[in-house]
Amino acid sequence: MNGGKESLNLKAKLGLNVFKENKNFHISVNPGKENDPRLFYAVLACPAGLYSVNDAGAVELSQDGCLECGTCKIICSDEVLTWRYPDGATGVQFRFG
Amino acid sequence: MEEVRFNVIIIGGGLSGLAAAYTLAEAGQEVLLLEKGDYCGAKNVTGGRMYVSLIRDFFPAIWAKAPLERAIVQEELCLMSPGSSILIRYNDADIASEPYQSYSVCRAKFDKYFAKQAEKKGALITVKKKVDSLVFKDGKVDGVVAGGETLYADVVICCDGALSLFAQQAYLQKPLNPKHFAVGFKEIIELAPETLENRFNLLPGQGAARLYMGDVTEGKFGGGFLYTNKESVSLGLVLGLEALCQEEPRTKAPDLLERFKKRPEVAALIAGGQTAEYSAHVIPEGGYDHLSKLFGDGILVAGDAAGFSINAGITVRGMEYAMFSGYIAAWAAIKAAGTGDYSAESLSVYERMLADSFLMQDFKEYRHVTESLNHKRFFTYYPELAGKIMHGLYAMPNGPKARITPTLRRSVGVRNVPDMLLKDLPKVVKL
Ligand SMILES: Cc1cc2nc3c(=O)[nH]c(=O)nc-3n(C[C@H](O)[C@H](O)[C@H](O)COP(=O)(O)OP(=O)(O)OC[C@H]3O[C@@H](n4cnc5c(N)ncnc54)[C@H](O)[C@@H]3O)c2cc1C
Ligand code: SF4
Repeated sequence: MNGGKESLNLKAKLGLNVFKENKNFHISVNPGKENDPRLFYAVLACPAGLYSVNDAGAVELSQDGCLECGTCKIICSDEVLTWRYPDGATGVQFRFG
Repeated sequence: MEEVRFNVIIIGGGLSGLAAAYTLAEAGQEVLLLEKGDYCGAKNVTGGRMYVSLIRDFFPAIWAKAPLERAIVQEELCLMSPGSSILIRYNDADIASEPYQSYSVCRAKFDKYFAKQAEKKGALITVKKKVDSLVFKDGKVDGVVAGGETLYADVVICCDGALSLFAQQAYLQKPLNPKHFAVGFKEIIELAPETLENRFNLLPGQGAARLYMGDVTEGKFGGGFLYTNKESVSLGLVLGLEALCQEEPRTKAPDLLERFKKRPEVAALIAGGQTAEYSAHVIPEGGYDHLSKLFGDGILVAGDAAGFSINAGITVRGMEYAMFSGYIAAWAAIKAAGTGDYSAESLSVYERMLADSFLMQDFKEYRHVTESLNHKRFFTYYPELAGKIMHGLYAMPNGPKARITPTLRRSVGVRNVPDMLLKDLPKVVKL
C-alpha cells in the first residue's frame, strides 16, 4: 500500500546512523530454510526493514543498515538464521543510543 | 608462550559490564573488559530513563560529572484511542526536588563516561574487540577467545546483553524464546532546549517522561515513550515480539513508528525537529521465571544477559538492574578471590546477595504482572473506553446532548465494568 513511501523514509532514517563497513554480512539464511514461515515474521518485526517479500513471494534479506537489535535472531531462531555480531569496530556505532 | 591471565574478564561494556569493571578495579583486582563497539556505548540502546536513586550509593563518585540529560520532574501518561487521546500530567514536589530520583540518559554518552571512570580506577578496557567464545578447562570457564587471541581469567562475567550468547555457551541459559522478548526502536529528534521546555511546560533544565498506551501500538502488548533530553527527545515504541508478529492488524514495526509520529498529539511535539539517529534493540521480558542460571564454575552472568529487564507494558526497566547486578557480580568475584575458590559453589554467593536485594524483590513482585497484562483489556479496551467517556463529556453534537450515563453504557457494552476495574487496578499501578 504505502510501503513505497514508508520504506523511502526508513532508508533516509538509516542513512543518519554511523555505520562502519563489515566485509562479511553477519546474518544469513541457512540453506534449505529459505521458505521458513518465521522469515515472514521478520518482515514485520525488523525495525530496519531489511527483510522484504520479493515478486516471487520469497523473503529477501538486504544488508544495508542493520541495527544489530537481535529481533530476527530471536524470532527466526538459530535453526533458520546464522546470526553473529559483526566483527569488532564494524557495523552500527550509535552516537546517542 | 606465556599465558595472559587476569583475575576477571568481563564480556561487554554496557552498564552491567562497566559497573562490574569499576567495582573490581576499585577493589584492586586485575580486570579486563572487552567491548566490540568503537567505544563503550556504541552498540547500546535504551529508552531513556535511569532511576539513579536506586544505585546512587553504589557508585557515589560518578554522578557529579555524569552526562545525565535531564532530571525527570514531570510524569505523563497518554491514553490513545484511534481518534482521540487523554493526557495525564503528574507533578509532585517530591519528585521535582533534589536528589532527583530519575534522569533521562543517552547511552553512547553515559557508557563512554562510565568507561573512563572505570579506567581511572585501574580497569583495562579494550574496545573494538569482539569475544568469540568462552574457553573451558576441566569443565570450568577459564577465559575467552577474542580475535584469535586466548585470554585467561579466574572468573569471566558475561555482560553481553539481551542475546546472552555466552550464558548459552555455558549452558546457563536456554535458547531464546520470542515469547520472552520485546523489541524497542526509537529516534533521537533534536529540538532547541527552549522549544522543548515550552512544549512540555518545563523550567530550564527540567525534564519530562511521557508514556503512551493503547492505539499507539494498535492495541498490541507494548507502548510508546518520549523522554526529553538536553537538546532532543527520545521517541520510540516497545512491542512484545509475539504480539508484533501475530496480532492483527499486521503492521511493520517501522511503519508503526511513522504512524506514531504522525499522530497530531505527537507531531505537534516534534514539529521542526531533526531526526539525528534511529536505533533498536531487543529487551528481555521473561521475568523471574526465565532468568538465566546466574553462576557456574568460573562464570557469572549479569544485566540483560541474565534477563534482568522488566517490561511492564509501557515502562521498561533494566539500567539500574544492570548496574546493580554488575556491582554484586564484582563482589562475588572479589569474595571468591579471597578464598581462591572459583567453583560454582563459591560463586553462588552472587545469587544469595541478589536474593535479598531490591532487584529480586522487584522480579518477584512483577512475576505475574506481565502475564496478566498481556491482555487486550489494557491495550485496547481501557484506552478506548477512556476516550469514549471523554468524548461523551466534551464533544458537542448538532442537536441535544445526550445524558452521559446511558451513552456511556451503550459505548462500554459491559455491565460489570466496576468489578473488572477493581480486579485490574492493582495491576495498573504496577505499570
Ligand atoms: C528501546 C529500549 C528502551 C528501554 N528503556 C529503558 C528505560 O527507560 N529504563 C531502563 O532502565 N531500561 C530501559 N531499557 C533496558 C535497558 O536499556 C537495558 O536493560 C540495559 O541496556 C542493559 O544493560 P547491559 O549492560 O546488561 O546490556 P547492554 O547495554 O546491551 O550491553 C551489552 C554490551 O556487550 C557488548 N557485547 C556483546 N557481545 C559482545 C562480544 N561478543 N564481545 C564484546 N562485546 C560484546 C555490546 O556491544 C554491549 O556494549 C530499554 C531498552 C530498550 C532497547
Ligand atoms: S538484527 Fe535487527 S535490524 Fe538487523 S536484520 Fe535483524 S531485526 Fe533487522
